[in-house]
Amino acid sequence: MTYLLQFLFIAIFAVAVGLFSKKAKHIWQNIRLGKDEDFSDQPAKRWKNTLLLAFGQKKMFKNPLVALMHFVVYAGFLIINIEMLEIVLDGVLGTHRLFAPYMGGFYSFLINAFECLAVAVIAVCAIFLIRRNILKIKRFLSKDLQGWPRSDANFILIGEIILMCLFLTMNATDTLLQSRGAAGYSEHLTGNFIVSQHLHGIFSGLSDGTLMTIERMAWWIHIVGILAYLNYLPYSKHLHIMLAFPNAYFARLEPQGTMKNMTSIQNEVLYAMQPELAPTDAVAPDKFGARDVMDLSWRNLLDAYSCTECGRCSAACPATTTGKLLSPRKIMMDTRDRLEEVGKNIRTNGSFQDDGKSLLHSYITVEELRACTTCNACVEECPVSISPLEIILELRRSLVMEESNAPQEWNNMFSSIENNFAPWKFSPDDRDAWINS
Amino acid sequence: MQIATMAELAASGKQPEVLFWVGCAGSFDQRAQRITKAFVTILNKVGIDFAILGKEEMCTGDPARRAGNEFMFQMMAYQNIQVLNGYGIKKIVTTCPHCFNIFKNEYPVLGGSYEVIHHTTLLQQLINEGKIKLKEGGSFKGKKITYHDSCYLGRANHIYEAPRQVLEALDAELIEMKRCRSKGLCCGAGGAQMFKEEEAGNIRINIERSKEAVASDAQVIASACPFCNTMLTDGVKKEEKEDSIQVMDVAELVAASLAD
Repeated sequence: MTYLLQFLFIAIFAVAVGLFSKKAKHIWQNIRLGKDEDFSDQPAKRWKNTLLLAFGQKKMFKNPLVALMHFVVYAGFLIINIEMLEIVLDGVLGTHRLFAPYMGGFYSFLINAFECLAVAVIAVCAIFLIRRNILKIKRFLSKDLQGWPRSDANFILIGEIILMCLFLTMNATDTLLQSRGAAGYSEHLTGNFIVSQHLHGIFSGLSDGTLMTIERMAWWIHIVGILAYLNYLPYSKHLHIMLAFPNAYFARLEPQGTMKNMTSIQNEVLYAMQPELAPTDAVAPDKFGARDVMDLSWRNLLDAYSCTECGRCSAACPATTTGKLLSPRKIMMDTRDRLEEVGKNIRTNGSFQDDGKSLLHSYITVEELRACTTCNACVEECPVSISPLEIILELRRSLVMEESNAPQEWNNMFSSIENNFAPWKFSPDDRDAWINS
Repeated sequence: MQIATMAELAASGKQPEVLFWVGCAGSFDQRAQRITKAFVTILNKVGIDFAILGKEEMCTGDPARRAGNEFMFQMMAYQNIQVLNGYGIKKIVTTCPHCFNIFKNEYPVLGGSYEVIHHTTLLQQLINEGKIKLKEGGSFKGKKITYHDSCYLGRANHIYEAPRQVLEALDAELIEMKRCRSKGLCCGAGGAQMFKEEEAGNIRINIERSKEAVASDAQVIASACPFCNTMLTDGVKKEEKEDSIQVMDVAELVAASLAD
């Protein structure tokens, strides 16, 4: 029986890790569909950002209460997973509480700490469920989240509560069985744990056999639940718990006002004006700006997978908050959705086959792009260093330079700049007329 | 007004300490021209050795670039850098945060590297150094002034304190709107929005911001960008508050408070 269970455990574990690795590889490949961009500069500053922005969640602390709650879930979930090491080893080796005999009092200290964190995680997840579903918080009510994204968020919170409850149930039934001297449990006396001992009352009326069944069920559902969770992550907005770290490392370090230079066009101008200075080996780009996800930088694509759809960007966006169609959060969600679609297309067909769709137009409309004031509020707000603005600007470049798609007023502005060297139709001769006016 | 141009100075073999980049709004927009003049008044009063490009100045290309027209931006940048480097310009002061941002962050990679300073920072420095002397009990003493953060100064370049310190030097009562500093709400003009009609929505961005400014109970809304100034002036008019609330550039406030 034990061998059978060990085998079953190893099989489930291997399948779960295998499936996750496969999906992780797809995500890696998808991100690499983006254009090259070099982020190898200033490693010291980058590590500092990773420490402050990802581990320290610095930007979250703009709203200290929410940040603290978020930190509890993050730290709680992460730290409790240290216990995973023992659980996995127990599963593989067919042992029970493998570490208990070796660690003595420290073992109880650890489990007590995990139990306290588990209670904190349950409490905060419950508050988050209330915030999302009962309190009328604008960024959670937004139409961006209609359908799957809203359920996704709730599934994660409910999932975490269930996992934590299983962990406590497992400990409560285990310690109760220990106190009864039940076989298989009394060999490792850990003593009662700080939280789960209070659950003994619920289980005390049950027979040893039933308790063992509950304990085993809780143990199995807990570990299988965590493995399921691992495999749910890549399909979920919750992927940020992993990608927030590289996203912080690869954060853009130049001042936020800086717009990405287009060397190709810089060279075009040089060819026309000073050919002797223009590089002779530069390859002409096949298109200007971004029409689809492959035209964006890999950095933008990593952004898309790192987005947890919290909506802080859209809550700060002057366009979104005044009722325009644009929502920076939707820009990120659209980019990820389209990227997933393109990735699937490539894996099915070997290479990308035109599906008559593109990020621009099929997902993000001209009206959305036009509404952006480039104010950087979205970039400033994002706790995980995402720039929706960069994507918006790349798509605008495609609209204007590939499709000549600009509102008449902008075309007038362009022609004024070209002919009058100012965005309005004034004579350049009058540029200094203010001196005498 | 006596203002030297680079061409004149170069002809007599002279090089000013700093180039004042007036910008398109500052040159052509009637309201923004008053900001330009106020700033020049201060520069002259302090005796700053400066010049302008005059007719040789051109759009930096900012609105074209933000609208997506990189070709036009690169053309303008190329021409401007030719002129600026031709005169050996080392330092530029500008009254427009968009010009400031593009010179500081986007021209260097194209071969145009200068020390760039926004006029609010320069004013703060001159006040701190005691070079700008302000009237005792000037006209803004005790007045409630709120400062509207320009996106291209604030979030784009982290200049939040300089304009505020200038306002405090006026002995004014500085009050903050709910959304200020890094959370400051855009006036609605950036990203080439100034040059086109706004998309359909519930409210115009400049009205939303102006309502917030009006609600702050300020008597003066201080701006540091000619475009913000236009947007907020329009918004205050729409709210029918133009008689009780003035929208003024930081430079205008200083110019009106200079000691004789």
